[in-house]
Amino acid sequence: MDNIDTARYQRQILLKELGTGGQCKLSTAKVLVIGAGGLGCPILQYLAAAGIGTLGVVDHDVVELSNLHRQILYTMTDIGLPKAACAAARLQQFNPGITVIPYQLQLSNQNAVAIIGKFDIVIDGSDNFPTRYMINDACALLNKPLIYGALSVSEGQVSVFNVPDSTGAKVNYRDVFPTAPKPGEVLNCAEAGVLGVLPGIIGTMQAAEAIKLITGIGTPLINRLLIYNLYTHHTYQINLKADQTGSSLPADLPAFLSMDYNWFCGIKPADEGLKEISLTKFNTILGDERYTIIDVREYGELPEVTAFKHISIPLSELREEIPLIDSDQVVLFCQSGIRSVIAGELLLESYPDKRFYTLKGGIIQNNDSFIYINNP
Amino acid sequence: MKVQILLFGQLTELIGETHLDLYDVADTDAVFSYLLAKYPSLKHADYQVAVDLEIIQGNTHLTTGMTVALMPPFSGG
Repeated sequence: MDNIDTARYQRQILLKELGTGGQCKLSTAKVLVIGAGGLGCPILQYLAAAGIGTLGVVDHDVVELSNLHRQILYTMTDIGLPKAACAAARLQQFNPGITVIPYQLQLSNQNAVAIIGKFDIVIDGSDNFPTRYMINDACALLNKPLIYGALSVSEGQVSVFNVPDSTGAKVNYRDVFPTAPKPGEVLNCAEAGVLGVLPGIIGTMQAAEAIKLITGIGTPLINRLLIYNLYTHHTYQINLKADQTGSSLPADLPAFLSMDYNWFCGIKPADEGLKEISLTKFNTILGDERYTIIDVREYGELPEVTAFKHISIPLSELREEIPLIDSDQVVLFCQSGIRSVIAGELLLESYPDKRFYTLKGGIIQNNDSFIYINNP
Repeated sequence: MKVQILLFGQLTELIGETHLDLYDVADTDAVFSYLLAKYPSLKHADYQVAVDLEIIQGNTHLTTGMTVALMPPFSGG
């Protein structure tokens, strides 16, 4: 207890369920948070505040203006900077008594095994299915407790995987959702929108589950899936059990390492008719009448693009109805270059003879560098 | 014989309700054939099914007062 600041944690040490023993457990715990976004921010803040000894932060992204309404670790001066480093710096400043390790990288099968292996508990704050399945499989195979959380508009899901209950039974994400939905079937926050407080609540629930698992307080959501509705405050808890039809988990670590999670989630490798283009190429296309340029972001997303002529067809509308397109060459762009690829694949199914291009990195990376085209 | 259907996530937008009451449905297959006929776009949706808070893996017999929850996966973070 010598190295614990008892004054700092006095209010939680005061809890008879926790005490100095519980605080010691927190101070020696190593928790990895994957994704430092809407869920990751409150998870990290509360775990740093609680005195978790070692926190790992995985994120490859940079802070964007549209993140700030829910990703409350970041400020205006962080825009454009890597989230992992910003989050680590802020948390370290907030609590110098803990160790925060930033991992500024895109999670892959290989680095997932190496990084997850260094921690006791993993928390999933990611925002896409390939990463969610990858984290789940790595944690199941490495036998690491995984605290799952995910959002859809006004609802959140929370569960604790890979921790045996009193009968020894344990489940993982694949026992609930054995197969991934097709790309674009389930909207994420960028497409469907979300109130900033929802990830705040769900992320805080995930942080609470971590503290409960580490200290033994209360009843964590082991083998239960909690669904919370922000608009009604309804909660619903489903009992989970191992998939009786057989687990779809990779058999072992070598099988895991050779998994292609994009393919598993239906995300196709670059198609012949769909090509990512650089800003340089994009700028040479601007003003060329043979090309139609389409913004597939939802209406009202910022920044508004005024530098060049284009039309707006949000991805959500493309999913409902494929529009008539006259040109044989179409350039698609979105915020970060993810949705434009999905839109390109959708359009290619209806127009297999046209050529589709998507702006790599989207407008966020390129917005200041468009060639200005004088048009109505 | 009444069964309550609970809908979550995008299914609430797709069906336009958070819950439905169905009458005289003998099993979960009957629930799905009714829902798919009335809401064809449900065919493209992915979801897991729980009857009275327990995940089911195959067709399940229903009796009055039971609750069938349709839960899609969420991806947002």
